[in-house]
Amino acid sequence: MSDFVNQFWNWYVILLVLVSIIACGVLLWTQSVTTPGKGDTTGHVWDENLEEYNNPLPKWWMWLFYITVIFSLVYCVLYPTLGSYQGVLGWSSDGQWAKEKAKADEQTKPLYDKYMKMDLKALAADKEGVETGKRLYLTYCMQCHGADARGSKGFPNLADNDWQWGGEPETIVETISNGRMGVMPPHAQLGAETIKDLANYVRSLSGLPADSVRVTKGQEAFNSVGCSGCHGPDAKGMHAVGAPNLTDKIWLYGSSEGTIIETITKGRTNQMPAWKEFLGEEKVHVLAAYVLSLGSGAGSQ
Amino acid sequence: MSETQSTYNYKVVRQFAVMTVIWGIVGMLVGVIIAAQMVWPELNMGWLHFGRLRPLHTNAVIFAFGGCALFATSYYVVQRTCHTRIFSDGLAAFTFWGWQLVIVLAAITLPLGITQGKEYAELEWPIDILITVVWVAYAIVFFGTIAKRKVTHIYVANWFYGGYILAVALLHVVNSAAIPVSLTKSYSAYAGVQDAMVQWWYGHNAVGFFLTAGFLGMMYYFVPKQAGRPVYSYRLSVVHFWALIFTYMWAGPHHLHYTALPDWTQSVGMLFSLILLAPSWGGMINGVMTLSGAWHKLRDDPILKFLITSLSFYGMSTFEGPMMAIKTVNALSHYTDWTIGHVHSGALGWVAMISIGSIYYLLPRLFAKPEMFSVKLITVHFWVATIGVVLYIASMWIAGVMQGLMWRAVNADGTLTYSFVESVKASYPFWAIRFLGGCLFLSGMLIMAYNMVKTIAGGRAVDDALVLQPAANHA
Repeated sequence: MSDFVNQFWNWYVILLVLVSIIACGVLLWTQSVTTPGKGDTTGHVWDENLEEYNNPLPKWWMWLFYITVIFSLVYCVLYPTLGSYQGVLGWSSDGQWAKEKAKADEQTKPLYDKYMKMDLKALAADKEGVETGKRLYLTYCMQCHGADARGSKGFPNLADNDWQWGGEPETIVETISNGRMGVMPPHAQLGAETIKDLANYVRSLSGLPADSVRVTKGQEAFNSVGCSGCHGPDAKGMHAVGAPNLTDKIWLYGSSEGTIIETITKGRTNQMPAWKEFLGEEKVHVLAAYVLSLGSGAGSQ
Repeated sequence: MSETQSTYNYKVVRQFAVMTVIWGIVGMLVGVIIAAQMVWPELNMGWLHFGRLRPLHTNAVIFAFGGCALFATSYYVVQRTCHTRIFSDGLAAFTFWGWQLVIVLAAITLPLGITQGKEYAELEWPIDILITVVWVAYAIVFFGTIAKRKVTHIYVANWFYGGYILAVALLHVVNSAAIPVSLTKSYSAYAGVQDAMVQWWYGHNAVGFFLTAGFLGMMYYFVPKQAGRPVYSYRLSVVHFWALIFTYMWAGPHHLHYTALPDWTQSVGMLFSLILLAPSWGGMINGVMTLSGAWHKLRDDPILKFLITSLSFYGMSTFEGPMMAIKTVNALSHYTDWTIGHVHSGALGWVAMISIGSIYYLLPRLFAKPEMFSVKLITVHFWVATIGVVLYIASMWIAGVMQGLMWRAVNADGTLTYSFVESVKASYPFWAIRFLGGCLFLSGMLIMAYNMVKTIAGGRAVDDALVLQPAANHA
């Protein structure tokens, strides 16, 4: 225990706690050795008629008080209370947590061992495995991706066929395990006009209404200013860098001209946290199977 | 001067007593609004969303409603039991207007989001300084009156009022210590787990001294007065007073079980919370047993009903508190609505009910009436309020235990049985019942306001109550 910078404070706490607990008992004892006469008042009168009887302390109440004092002293011996003294039982909150976790891990180990031996696609078809995966998902993932896994603005839909980083089983495992950092750099330097051209071109790729003159200019700019470097010459995206497909009518941030202009001008930064260390390999495996089971993925693209 | 020497200062008592009722309505109305926001989330609008209104509710009911009740009763009690006029009329008037200013500033800054982010101590540093100044004035007035008392012995109610005034000054100054960066922004003087510990040392003692010791002072005057019986045991009051004020100071860490706070600190907090059970019950016993030989008065005296029921709730919540401070129980109850239920069994059942009873006692005496405009309406208020409290705390107990059990439920595969949002969904019916309980309690306050206005309308402000000579046998 490193709660104390030196032994002085350790002993300061030990003495103060012991003296204080015992003082409660001493107060009670000194006030109960002499019994005041029952039914007498103290003889003082305030404000016309305020008086006080001097009844002795109720016996049951005294015992209640003594019992809490004795309990406290016993507890000090058994559990960490007196400074850095750990107590006879050696209990600690860290220890309690570790013990509970070890017990839980031991109970669930056979099940997760079984899941780990199953191929991800097989697990995605296994009813029991998917149910476990869904419960894990509802604890750890739904805060961003939603209870129905359909995502929301900035958080990808996991139930469709579109994959930023790839929908192959091992890629999904990689995404959950180590997280992803998606960066669309800001392009304000291109100027408002060119950005508007680009936005119109991008909209036209998904069959949305767009200004045809701007579409033509936007297409030229797409290839000349560097967009195609990540999104590809055909704008179908690139899984290696997490660049979205711009032709599939699926929008992470929104399809309006204004939103696309904002995306190009200011860029977007998006992070999926890494879960491997927190959840462990087994749970990531089951979660990946659940994502696969959502009816897409499995490398169907 | 000889003329003012011979009367009590009822003006400041009257001002605080009337504002108790008004701030009670305001604070409880905000409480009802945020209870409604839990049931109908679409009611969270603009600045008036739950996050802004919740601190407004807690500050209004604790410091505006509770604070005014404490000021009113302590000024009345200290004058009556010291057989002397208040120490300084000017300073007393300053505490009234200063305290009202604090309340108004709180009502403006909290919805604007100006906050230190410390629970029950949200107000920013300029308001904290104003509170400190008002509080020092309060201490001077109170202890000044004690100093010029005409009786030798200091009545027990004044020990509790005095203890509360001193402790709250200490708590406020230490916990609110901050480094200002602008007029409306400051940073706590403490960091990390020390900050959390200071906060809950303050937080639990706000309960212990503001909401307990102060109101025990109220109990020790108004219960024997209304019952017309002597206090049950002087000896018991001595033991439980010293044990209570000593032990409360240690109990704060039970708010931080299973956190980064060291294990030994958590244990110390838990043990002193358990030791606190008997000293707390000492106050309840002394109040309830004062009625022995006069139980029949409970039948038709609604003020006594309020006072004695408040003591029952006090006994109940001071039993519940130590139990919840036990680590094993806390592991279930912490972060659930059980805590909210516990707080309100203390706040509505104990603090509000003893205040309401005491204010009903005071109003006719301050406005030259033999009794309130309608005693029947006090009875109605009592039953409406009691049903309200019971609905509130019963629904929160059930919701709290249910939430705790849902959060810890685990499937055979090690996953959680319920996602968090499922526990939210399951809580809705209980939040609706809580809202209903709150509405009832608030309606009771509206009945009280009507009764108060009618009483004032038919009376006159008493400023000529003569200071009583101490009883001849008071040695």
